[in-house]
Amino acid sequence: MKFNANIPQGPLASKWKQHKFDLKLVNPANKKKYTVIVVGTGLAGASAAASMAELGYNVLAFSYHESPRRAHSIAAQGGINAAKNYQNDGDSTFRLFYDTIKGGDYRSREANVYRLAELSGNIIDQCTAQGVPFAREYGGHLANRSFGGAQVSRTFYARGQTGQQLLLGSYSALIRQMHLNKVKFFPRHEMLDLVKINGHAKGIITRDLVTGEIKSFAGDAVVLATGGYGNVFYLSTNAMASNVTASWRAHRKGALFANPSFTQIHPTCIPVSSDHQSKLTLMSESLRNDGRVWVPKKKNDTRMPNEIPESERDYYLERLYPSFGNLVPRDVASRRAKEMCDSGFGVGDTQLAVYLDFKDVITKQGEDWVSEKYGNLFDMYKQITGFNPYDTPMMIYPAVHYTMGGLWVDYNLMSNLEGLHILGEANFSDHGANRLGASALMQGLADGYFILPYTIGNYLSKQTPQADSSNEAYQQGIDSASNRIKQLLLIKGSKSVDDIHKELGKVMWDNVGMSRSRESLTKALELIPKIKKDFWDNVNVPGTNLELNPELEKAGRLADFIDLGELMARDALQREESCGGHFRLEHQTDENEAKRDDDNFSYVAAWEHNDKESVLHKEDLAFENVKLGTRSYK
Amino acid sequence: MRINFKIWRQASSTETGNFETYVVENILKDMSFFEVIDMLNNSLIKKNKSPIAFDHDCREGICGTCGVVINGRAHGPLKGVATCQVHMRSFNDGDTLVVEPWQAKSFPVIKDLVVDRTPFDRIMESGGYISVRTGGAPDANSIPISKNNADEAFDSATCIGCGACVAACKNSSAMLFVSSKINQYAQLPQGQVEHPERVQNMVAQMDLEGFGSCTNTGACEAECPKEISVDNIIKLNKAYLKYGNNR
Repeated sequence: MKFNANIPQGPLASKWKQHKFDLKLVNPANKKKYTVIVVGTGLAGASAAASMAELGYNVLAFSYHESPRRAHSIAAQGGINAAKNYQNDGDSTFRLFYDTIKGGDYRSREANVYRLAELSGNIIDQCTAQGVPFAREYGGHLANRSFGGAQVSRTFYARGQTGQQLLLGSYSALIRQMHLNKVKFFPRHEMLDLVKINGHAKGIITRDLVTGEIKSFAGDAVVLATGGYGNVFYLSTNAMASNVTASWRAHRKGALFANPSFTQIHPTCIPVSSDHQSKLTLMSESLRNDGRVWVPKKKNDTRMPNEIPESERDYYLERLYPSFGNLVPRDVASRRAKEMCDSGFGVGDTQLAVYLDFKDVITKQGEDWVSEKYGNLFDMYKQITGFNPYDTPMMIYPAVHYTMGGLWVDYNLMSNLEGLHILGEANFSDHGANRLGASALMQGLADGYFILPYTIGNYLSKQTPQADSSNEAYQQGIDSASNRIKQLLLIKGSKSVDDIHKELGKVMWDNVGMSRSRESLTKALELIPKIKKDFWDNVNVPGTNLELNPELEKAGRLADFIDLGELMARDALQREESCGGHFRLEHQTDENEAKRDDDNFSYVAAWEHNDKESVLHKEDLAFENVKLGTRSYK
Repeated sequence: MRINFKIWRQASSTETGNFETYVVENILKDMSFFEVIDMLNNSLIKKNKSPIAFDHDCREGICGTCGVVINGRAHGPLKGVATCQVHMRSFNDGDTLVVEPWQAKSFPVIKDLVVDRTPFDRIMESGGYISVRTGGAPDANSIPISKNNADEAFDSATCIGCGACVAACKNSSAMLFVSSKINQYAQLPQGQVEHPERVQNMVAQMDLEGFGSCTNTGACEAECPKEISVDNIIKLNKAYLKYGNNR
């Protein structure tokens, strides 16, 4: 298979500028003849839909939510990075680029990441103009904080609700275009398949979640902004409905899936309390700016935290990483927490937790100062656990949070499947093997506001507008989606969707989770096909197709998660190195840090779907502007 | 714990509904309210009965998708939280919980506890934005905004659009929802240009959707999961007196 990343020639700093000039344009009068389908209306989808509509394209936007404002982008807490250098602390586009490449453990594309850093400042300007209430200083200018793994203060924030405020910003831009009839929004519509005509993405099949009607929609290009697939682990910080179906259906239609095993396990989440737990809640890692992580020095210490004297506490991140301390990147902080717990130093009833302590900062700065910065997070913690973090240290444990992997895209954010564009968390492009904090919002908005609106014109300019909606591919898509639903409803077995999803999640967490080995991955590859068989033999989906039927929705999504889980294990198995969030027990340094193998694995693993066994293709990564080094946060 | 539930069941918007009684045992106090409904649903599925439909998504109290009335109170007994953040430690062993959907003419029931809140989106469409195109925005620090205004804009902007204000109000008024969005923009220089039209258009759309009038009971503020202040409504009323009459 041939696929080309289409990275522009020339020096790094001028690639995007030159590329924008080289891209073909669609004449302003012709734009209205083109229809673009946007699936998913979170940060990336809403910003893209609004910006394309402003340019003059007709946009059809789809969400399984009742409103674009419900997207899980809303849950991002900590902030958004931008190389504005407002703090005069030496930040620059190149520094943000460098930090992101390094943070991703040298498994992302230089050109894409540089462009992201270059556009970061525009995002802050755009959002401020929209009325997003970023935190400000008394002089009226924007405030910044330093955030997970950065040594400059480049993170803009809106208390602990930055994602919410940015999403409401892009939602406002989207509804403005809905009001102008340039965007038609379809709420409670789930994409079930992609329609491909002559090798190009030309439409989608959807199910109306209220009536059950299966419909096709034709477009001149399709944009997927459908988020990540962390829920393959059952428990994650993703929203309950977050799923891989749109991406997976496109993958089955020929779109390459890149680095599926690159999963981010976030270090600061509220620990699991019981088997009934339905999801995990993130505590923003901004808390690590002022909180100190520790465990008791004594194993199996059951004393209350306040009874453990200072001399008997191990502030292990400060001890192991004197220069970054509590601010080491997410993958490092997560793995160290797991190690501490695995070796018997864990705290709490389950002993699967470490402390995050605010005593020092409360003593130094006062409760009001802490409350101003973290008030809503402290309230949320108290609400969920029943403990007040102003009095007693928080307990935290790592949880699945973000997936760096996703559908493969070129520099134009287009898949190998022509006309299919992928934005935000759903693509693989910018975060390598580990995403730095406050970068997801940045990427979603850069893709949606400032990249796709340019690059999609390059594709559309070569297309004759108005796809032929009478093509038989649309009816075939409707038929096959309907048949699959019929099949799911006919099984009528003895297990609920959640029962099987929990089993899958356990296999994934135990074997394809924070640390992986040849042995665990081989085991996962034996177990997952059994779960698949169990699902198709024993699942019980009550009710009918012609009604609001959440169990039916969940069943379709789980079927795709099961297939994805297998690919993730396969991907993790072929990557015989450790990098970022992908930690292979066989490949570690004497100090238990990830040991990369740049000679053999400096590539993007791009998988082609095949019903028998997926086929691996490699996109080699070239590093011309940074020197590959071992990440050191000591 | 053991809880007796009386839950509103309604097959679709066109059918009549009724309360069904369910007894759930072996509940742990650290479980969330929805995790108990999950557990109940799981047992209903095993008996080939229709599980209870309810809206929910982030389960972190931020997306605004969830919301039911528990024993007469929107989002349950606690102040300042969405339903998904209510945990069973808020209740006692043996309690009876009556669970209903939001009740308002403008929010028709879709199924069981799920209602249609798209009227909120239509109100937002009528003016809940600042008309700025992508690209060409000036440097973010070129317009300083006083911290007080920025903080007040933020307090208003925290609305999650869940609809509890409407459900709590005896008039099913959406004034808290509408006024918080208008006041967010009113606090910012970027929001000034369209402020008069925004006040006119959003109030007009709110009326068109059939939401009731505000009679200052304050029930909305009391039940708002984000504790948005009725001061927003006072400010909107003032602005409406100034700009609203010319329609």
